Amino acid sequence: MSTNNKVLEVKDLKTYFFTDAGVVKAVDGISFDLKFGETLGIVGETGSGKSVTALSILRLIPHPHGRIVAGKIIFDNKDILKLNLKTLQSYRGNRISMIFQDPMTSLNPVYTIGNQIIESLVIHQKLDKKSAVKEALKLLEMVGIAEAKRRLSSYPHEFSGGMRQRVMIAMAIANAPDILIADEPTTALDVTIQAQILELINELKYKTNSSIILITHDLGVVAKYARRVIVMYAGKMVEFSTVDNIYYKPMHPYTMGLMNSITRLDKSKKEKLKPIEGSPPSLIDLPEGCTFKSRCIYGKEKCSRRFPPLIEVEKEHFVACFRVKEIRKEGIKQAVE
Amino acid sequence: MYPEEKVEQERSKVESAKDIDLEGKYTRSSLYKDAWRRLKKNKLAMVGLGIVIMLILIAIFANLIAPYDPIERVKEESSLSPSRLHLFGTDLLGRDIFSRVIYGSRISIVVGVVAVGISVVIGLFLGALAGYFGSASDALIMRIADIFFAFPYILGAIAIMTVLGPGIVNIFIAIGILGWASFARIFRGSILSIKNKEYIEAARALGASNHRIIIRHIFPNAFAPIIVYATMNIGTAIIVEAALSFLGIGVQPPTPAWGKMLSESLDYIDIAPWMMLFPGLAIVITVLGFVLLGDGLRDAFDPRLK
Repeated sequence: MSTNNKVLEVKDLKTYFFTDAGVVKAVDGISFDLKFGETLGIVGETGSGKSVTALSILRLIPHPHGRIVAGKIIFDNKDILKLNLKTLQSYRGNRISMIFQDPMTSLNPVYTIGNQIIESLVIHQKLDKKSAVKEALKLLEMVGIAEAKRRLSSYPHEFSGGMRQRVMIAMAIANAPDILIADEPTTALDVTIQAQILELINELKYKTNSSIILITHDLGVVAKYARRVIVMYAGKMVEFSTVDNIYYKPMHPYTMGLMNSITRLDKSKKEKLKPIEGSPPSLIDLPEGCTFKSRCIYGKEKCSRRFPPLIEVEKEHFVACFRVKEIRKEGIKQAVE
Repeated sequence: MYPEEKVEQERSKVESAKDIDLEGKYTRSSLYKDAWRRLKKNKLAMVGLGIVIMLILIAIFANLIAPYDPIERVKEESSLSPSRLHLFGTDLLGRDIFSRVIYGSRISIVVGVVAVGISVVIGLFLGALAGYFGSASDALIMRIADIFFAFPYILGAIAIMTVLGPGIVNIFIAIGILGWASFARIFRGSILSIKNKEYIEAARALGASNHRIIIRHIFPNAFAPIIVYATMNIGTAIIVEAALSFLGIGVQPPTPAWGKMLSESLDYIDIAPWMMLFPGLAIVITVLGFVLLGDGLRDAFDPRLK
């Protein structure tokens, strides 16, 4: 671990997809760092580039259309983007692992649960079969699957969605990774199970000494588990700060809009939810300037010239908006004028 | 005992059985177990399987089953009609047709299995290359496959045999080389659909190598249609071998081969029909067996019929 406590550093990451219709700038210049033991949330709506960011970290961008065109991902003092395939494979699932969105389709239907957990142990720890079985048993118990021994020889279709996600988690933590990327781990599950799964991930974080990148569109989830949050919009970071800042004093108009559009127990009942008007722009031909401009109530002509840089407005609070000073100073109402 | 209790007891029996076999279970797959269960219910398929097993046994134990030497000529016994002594009669040279049909199964089975085996190996390799790595290799391999599809099967086989000359090894090569294209195409298709499944991405995220992903994760999922097509194709290969032998460029006399026996009998249909009937029947039954089995396998592997 480097002295500055950073497990992972992403610098100006750009991942584009080259389609017949044009270049999709799914991730366009993202920079952030993950601190040791921290849970970092990435929120944004569908298509904002959250998942692509996650996949880029493991270099799992689908060929041949997708490509990481620029940036650095520093892990263990090395740039992941420059690793050879073999080293990369030795990192995947071992030092950095990932939990996928849909547990129903993320397990191979022809192998037993035990077989699949054992695979990740065998690949990285070179365990022999017997100790791998033992280890798999332990892992299944750790993720809270009852009768683990019998369950080892069950097939994925015999499991419910929540149980499959537990299995996925067991596979992800099998090698006690430094970083666990959870890509919308609860989206496909129902609400009661969601809470259990998130609680489990959070618990295991301490057991395995991992840092977590939690990707979600559920602002409630982020509030509970993350320490810092990145808000993404159309492939760019618009705000990056601690959970408290994001929730109680958001400064980017988009984040403010998000906060106004969710129900909150700490707001009075009389306040109505305010949706953000319009819909996100197509990533293929993004407008010049700020991508949020067309939906922004504070927009000025300056905003159409270029995308505002992400600046640190206060400690640990980064905002990408030209009008952040006015918004901050004058309060919301005056700024609208 | 109440029925619920009974069910409960049965279930606990099943579950305890599962407990014991912890190690062995890992290698078995539910897809194939399910398929076998469904296959067993399909009567026609079981008839096919019966025929195929019987044929294999006959081929292996031909020397024990056949009452006479299939090659030895007995002049005095030329063109005898079927009798107790010669079940299927004798041919022009006085050879026992029953024994020849029995021995002929060896050629047919071996040609069917080996030739299709060659097709499968080439097809899987090239299909995997095309499907998994895509782009240039895909385009190239599939265009070559198209060229092979453009050739009529028999014509292609005749052409290759003419170049290589007759003989059983050359039959393997001819039929094997001609058959790979369909396997490659089928396998490529399965791989294309499977490689984008999330569990493949998940395996990659776990650090599995390309090699491992193809062998362990894609193959078992993509293999079912190959088994089906291979089974049916054995029937086709047997017919092609019979046709080649019939045309005189396949298995050479005096080795007993069904196709050759047919062509030898051609001039004597009106006076000695048994010379044609029995080898013909043997071909029909054999091919029918493989096709029925293949058909049953196709249904068994189709999850929609669950």
